[in-house]
Amino acid sequence: MQVVRGFLSRYGLILALAALPIFYGVKDLTGKHPSLAPLANNLVSGISNGSIWAMIAVGYTLVYGIIELINFAHGDVFMIGSFTSQAFWSLIGVTLATSTFGVIGGLLVTLVVAMVCCGTLNVMIERVAYRPLRNAPKLAPLITAVGFSFILQNVGLLWLGGSQASVDNLIHQGSKVFSIGGVVIHREDVLAVGLTVPLVIALTLFINQSRLGKAMRATAQDPEAARLMGINVDTTISMTFLLGGMLAGAAGLIYALYQTQVWFFQGFRGGLFAFTAAVMGGIGNIRGAVLGGIIIGCIQQISDNRIGPQWTDAIIFGYLIMIMVFRPQGLIGEETREAG
Amino acid sequence: MSRLDQLRNSLPPWWNRATAGVVIAFAIIFPLLFGQSSSFLDATTTALAYVVMALGLNIVVGFAGLLDLGYVAFFAFGAYTVGWFASSFYFKAHVHSFWLSAVAAHGPGIHLNFILLVIVAMVICAIAGVLIGLPTLRLRGDYIAIVTLGFGEIIRVFATNGDGIHIFGGTLTAGRQGIPVVDQPRPLPFIDSFNSLNLRPWYWTALVMVFIVLFCNVRLRDSRLGRAWIAIREDEVAAASMGVPLVRTKLLAYATGAAFGGMAGVFLGSYLTTVNSDQFQFGFSIFVLAMIILGGLGSIWGVVVGAMLLSYINKYFIPDVFDKVANSLHLGFQPSDLSFGIFGFLLVIIMLLRPEGLLPERRRQMELKEGVGADEALALEVSA
Repeated sequence: MQVVRGFLSRYGLILALAALPIFYGVKDLTGKHPSLAPLANNLVSGISNGSIWAMIAVGYTLVYGIIELINFAHGDVFMIGSFTSQAFWSLIGVTLATSTFGVIGGLLVTLVVAMVCCGTLNVMIERVAYRPLRNAPKLAPLITAVGFSFILQNVGLLWLGGSQASVDNLIHQGSKVFSIGGVVIHREDVLAVGLTVPLVIALTLFINQSRLGKAMRATAQDPEAARLMGINVDTTISMTFLLGGMLAGAAGLIYALYQTQVWFFQGFRGGLFAFTAAVMGGIGNIRGAVLGGIIIGCIQQISDNRIGPQWTDAIIFGYLIMIMVFRPQGLIGEETREAG
Repeated sequence: MSRLDQLRNSLPPWWNRATAGVVIAFAIIFPLLFGQSSSFLDATTTALAYVVMALGLNIVVGFAGLLDLGYVAFFAFGAYTVGWFASSFYFKAHVHSFWLSAVAAHGPGIHLNFILLVIVAMVICAIAGVLIGLPTLRLRGDYIAIVTLGFGEIIRVFATNGDGIHIFGGTLTAGRQGIPVVDQPRPLPFIDSFNSLNLRPWYWTALVMVFIVLFCNVRLRDSRLGRAWIAIREDEVAAASMGVPLVRTKLLAYATGAAFGGMAGVFLGSYLTTVNSDQFQFGFSIFVLAMIILGGLGSIWGVVVGAMLLSYINKYFIPDVFDKVANSLHLGFQPSDLSFGIFGFLLVIIMLLRPEGLLPERRRQMELKEGVGADEALALEVSA
């Protein structure tokens, strides 16, 4: 009994996460045309889609790691990132008619603009809504975060209306780059993974190597002691929000190109998915957040394609609850103070 | 504040009861001052139902300090109780309880009378509340908020897609279409019948519910259980070491709060005469949360005021005033589309400027003004 319980608490979550791909893999193999290619295709788009969630999840994890706050508005910052991106590339005149180099150059500028906008927005939210409440009861900043999430959603609603808005398919999303044995890699997969990997590596390097990164880690461990050591805690926290917001902005651009449509509600849903990813990887743990994002992306793709997109939310939130209940420290995370 | 206290002390001892009596009497004759189907009566009736809901959420969030962001789930359970058990939705079944209105007594489907519905919904919601509460027992603060939010969203997904789930010779819900034509309660003698042209009996029903819930709230707050809730809110570890059973106390908070939510759900389901899944958005949870935060977390009278105010703001102020301003400025949009953004703004402003709410609870005001809680939090930070 003890053995079973120990086994379940250690590997139960992994088993539960693996259940969907294994089930459909076995189903495909025992079907009329045994092939793993459909599942592999699901997983490929899962990884690329998941890398978007991973970037948002890193923002959650950074902020939670440093001030133990669920930045509920983070998902909506990501949504604003998408909106800013599509507005900016239309503004500088990048359309379907633009040459390839023009599109690449324009999108790189857009990426920088989206990152700067979202980073600034996130810093401003922290300044207005969280900093004054730093010594208030813990639920107070969470409530203002929810409030800001609604404000941003309504900004989005005003901006582009209540339904999905199509954006130009600038990268010719859906066209094949290459394929290996029935597994097709699309352009959007290359784009998503190709942008996420360098950005997350750059972030990890920044946190591990730079002086400010060191200050961030110190503040995360103990804000009081960090202050005593001469670290400007307020600046450090602002910096964390800036980095998180920048990643959300980049994720917003990728999402707009990837899905070729944006809408005001994407932030709420994406934010919850990414939060699930962050918790799954162990909140406060950057590598964990990336891993969690990719797992969530895969589950989402399998559920969208096999079970039905209308059930995806329920499945992801079901996993969220399961993780919270059985393994609040996440798959690979260390024990957080909250879980203890 | 001290001047207000002085004033309060200088009043004669019968003052409180006299005011209460006047307020109650006014509340009872209130609908007679307006037309039978006036829109103000409609707004007030809805507002009373929201008061019931807000008082329920106040038990969970205000008393026990467990931030519940999925409260809309109980509205859904209550409303679906009406949809399932008081309409011809399951037309293959023929179940009729006693004391039904003439239409309901002869139609196909399951028909329970209003009181039974309320009881059934309260039981269902209390069970659901415990089930939602169980996984959050070991968690604290913000994690509870996310888990309850997740539950609320799962319930919404099931409500929306329930038209594809076949059970008992019908479907689970009617999705976005909505379960139409739910029963009207059978009228009491001497009181007009319930229908959409005469809102007075609806109003009185809601008023009775408010009184019941208010009574329960006041008695619970001062009871052993209520003090245990507040102790948990203030300091869980200290409460546990003083012998407060955490599991039972927390689950009772969830169950009680959920039961009141279900009660309001039954009323709103019957009153709106349809149960469709679009009513159960996450925004509704925030709407109710904004009511209790506006009024003052944990303060019963504050919550009543907050709920009434926000319902009126939602019904009149935002559509009338804001839309007029927007039109006169040629802004090109209707602010009534933005009501949830406005509630979000309200949440931020209140938390920043007056976190204790309009009519604060004494204890919470002490914490916020004199920084009792803040000092403790700091001490914990340092020691951790």
